[in-house]
Amino acid sequence: MTVHPILAALRRHKAGVVLIVLQIALTLAIVCNAVFIIGQRIERLNRPTGIEENDLLRVSQAWVGAPSGDDAASVEKLDELQRADLATLRSLPGVQEVAASESMPIQGMIWSGDVTLTPDQKGIAVQAAYYYGDEQLRPTLGAHLIAGRDFSASEILHHTIRGTGASPVIIVSKPVADKLFPKGDALGKTVYQDGKREPSTIVGVVEQLQTPTTDSWGNPFAYNSILEPVRLDGVMASYAVRTQPGRESDVMHEARKALFAANPMRIMPDSWGVQSFSDIRAKAYRADRGMAILMGVVCLILLGVTAAGIVGLTSFWVGQRHRQIGVRRALGARRIDILRYFQIENLLIAGVGVVLGILLAIALNLWLMTHYEMERLPVLYVVAGVLVMLVIGQGAVFVPARRASHVPPVVATRAA
Amino acid sequence: MFGYYLDMALRSLKRNRMLTALMVLAIALGIGASMTTLTVLHVLSGDPMPGTSQTLFYPQLEPRDMDGYQPADDPPDQLSWIDGMNLLHAKRADHQALMTGGTVPVQPTQSSVDPFYSDARYTTADFFPMFKAPMRYGRAWSTTDDDSKARVAVISSKLNDKLFSGKDSTGQTLQLGDAAVRIVGVLDRWRPNPHFYDINISGSYSPTEDVFLPLSTARDLKLTISGMMNCWGGHNDNLEIAPCTWLQFWVQMDSPIKVAAYRDYLNHYSQDQKALGRFQRPVKVRLLDLMGWLDYQKVVPSDVRLQTWLAFGFLLVCLVNTVGLMLAKFMRRAGELGVRRALGASKRALFAQLLVESGVIGLSGGICGLLLAFLGLWLVRQRPSDYATLAHLDMSMLLTTFLLAVGASLVAGLLPAWRACQITPALQLKSN
Repeated sequence: MTVHPILAALRRHKAGVVLIVLQIALTLAIVCNAVFIIGQRIERLNRPTGIEENDLLRVSQAWVGAPSGDDAASVEKLDELQRADLATLRSLPGVQEVAASESMPIQGMIWSGDVTLTPDQKGIAVQAAYYYGDEQLRPTLGAHLIAGRDFSASEILHHTIRGTGASPVIIVSKPVADKLFPKGDALGKTVYQDGKREPSTIVGVVEQLQTPTTDSWGNPFAYNSILEPVRLDGVMASYAVRTQPGRESDVMHEARKALFAANPMRIMPDSWGVQSFSDIRAKAYRADRGMAILMGVVCLILLGVTAAGIVGLTSFWVGQRHRQIGVRRALGARRIDILRYFQIENLLIAGVGVVLGILLAIALNLWLMTHYEMERLPVLYVVAGVLVMLVIGQGAVFVPARRASHVPPVVATRAA
Repeated sequence: MFGYYLDMALRSLKRNRMLTALMVLAIALGIGASMTTLTVLHVLSGDPMPGTSQTLFYPQLEPRDMDGYQPADDPPDQLSWIDGMNLLHAKRADHQALMTGGTVPVQPTQSSVDPFYSDARYTTADFFPMFKAPMRYGRAWSTTDDDSKARVAVISSKLNDKLFSGKDSTGQTLQLGDAAVRIVGVLDRWRPNPHFYDINISGSYSPTEDVFLPLSTARDLKLTISGMMNCWGGHNDNLEIAPCTWLQFWVQMDSPIKVAAYRDYLNHYSQDQKALGRFQRPVKVRLLDLMGWLDYQKVVPSDVRLQTWLAFGFLLVCLVNTVGLMLAKFMRRAGELGVRRALGASKRALFAQLLVESGVIGLSGGICGLLLAFLGLWLVRQRPSDYATLAHLDMSMLLTTFLLAVGASLVAGLLPAWRACQITPALQLKSN
């Protein structure tokens, strides 16, 4: 079958053809980019944190009427309160491990700084998040230690966040170790934090530990983390609790009760008092998940509208050409010929549409790259989009085309 | 005549129920999605201080040392204590206020209410007149109170409702941990959006704080501060002298001459500080007005902008779809239209008739779209983002929706109607 008669027929419906081509092109451009954005978001919210996320809780609270921590005595008092809480939590049934833990991955509360090889901050500087906690923090979080050792209890310091001294020992995540010591010999080396004069010795390396922030400003150092052997004293204190498998919800309930029974002068709001890590994860990626779902729904509706548009338009054309189809049938065309005619016609229209759509998709992607945090659209997305559009076109045209193929030849002999 | 056209349009639309439903639904979805996202964008990019915003300015200085200096660096977003205090006491603007955020433990006197933490703002006296914060009871504190570290506070109407069941609480004591302050004023409902005067705190669209204290008092009581803090050049435990930026400073000036003079003053100040050796980088000052500052800080989330573009792309596809279907439909009725032309109907009459038909589609689509927009905004309000509660359709957005619906229906109807009128009646009659 030649395409010549199809083209001749389409020429009589210029406006309709132009519109459907335009619609296919726009749909392809939008869907390709939207699906790409969905893919990026899903990739983002599936990033590993590097810790054992199951059976992990974060308990946060603030004492009422606690000292301010501005003098040595009040720092001691705050630390005493914190140690009492740790003991209370540790004594709960179902609890495996408890650690003082100022922050947790993707939780939002972050302290960060620059680590250098010299005290004058010249040369390589690596930005990293500081995880303040005691010797239990690494095992409680379940971050995988690949070299060196954990802190010992005697190495744990305690001071407020504005304490000026450097930590004599630290544990770093592998990306920090690799950036500071590309030869892979970080263990045992000394580094300097934030221009403090005293060096810190790297005693351990953990494989992976995501920082507490998921905001875009944290992207450049998303896996640069440092464990500091410091129980941070303040009116607020947070703890990491690992429960026995399956005891998460019991412990969440009991922890609140036990802490209040031990010392009622504290504030633990429902929103951030006791959270399971799955709650923290859900909160951290709420916006990304919402955006992905919205984009997905819009894509589906767009494809549906476009398919419906093709069905509608082809139905009209079939109705309009009822008599011509009868004539062709009377002249010997088989049903399959009529079916093919409409299928090829659709393929031509959709073909022009997707070529235009590819150009539009690339243009849209370039525009998005200049205005938003967007990467170059991979070819795979475009190819997949093209195939989907062609399949949808063929699927949509099938019903009206089959109806056309059922037009009996006798129609030719009747007056319209 | 219109009634007749309407009757014909409805008959024609009834003949193809599925198709009519499809066209109406496409327009409705497009308009519903566009209006939902546009309303959210409109709410988020609004002016928090209409009428005053062009007189409010945010000075920025470059106080850092040469470590990691890049000539293109922007000056820090906040001021250090020393610079903040210097600019505040210089009083070179009509109004000026220095501030930072914090949290305070509130201990209610009645035992029925558990202690809780409230967001607080530590600021200086001009804050209230400068930002036109409305007072329900009492008054704001004065500059004298600032200087004397007076134990005074202004509280929000929300906190007043919670602690004093909405009664005039001025003169009452507010217990903050082990410190007690006297309430001198109660704010009326006040929620500028975005939370422009400090966008570093969690969420740029947070409600205003519940407790306002003089900055000097808060420092004296060693209350917790919160927000962004950037330090350089070694540590210092004492925030009053530390090389850290953590304070926001706003000034108000009502004439361009004063603004130019203030900019000169900032330059002179920076040069003086450089001569003293406190500032080391080349002098760089900035004095953005309120809306310029919000723009510079990219306060409107980029996801919201992206969603708006997506929705309008969606609307465009829906419109193209409807135009295509309407065109096919009208062209199919060429025979009928030919007969009407032959019987004496003018082109104009045919055009009007077809326009009524497409108008019915567009308008029903618009109305359904409006309903969908209400539904969409309701869905947005269920989301746990800080701006969720703000997503409401106001009068101007309602009008925009209406215009968009009418515009969409006209766009969708004009081309098909015009094309269908171009038929030659004789040809149509003959072919039949």
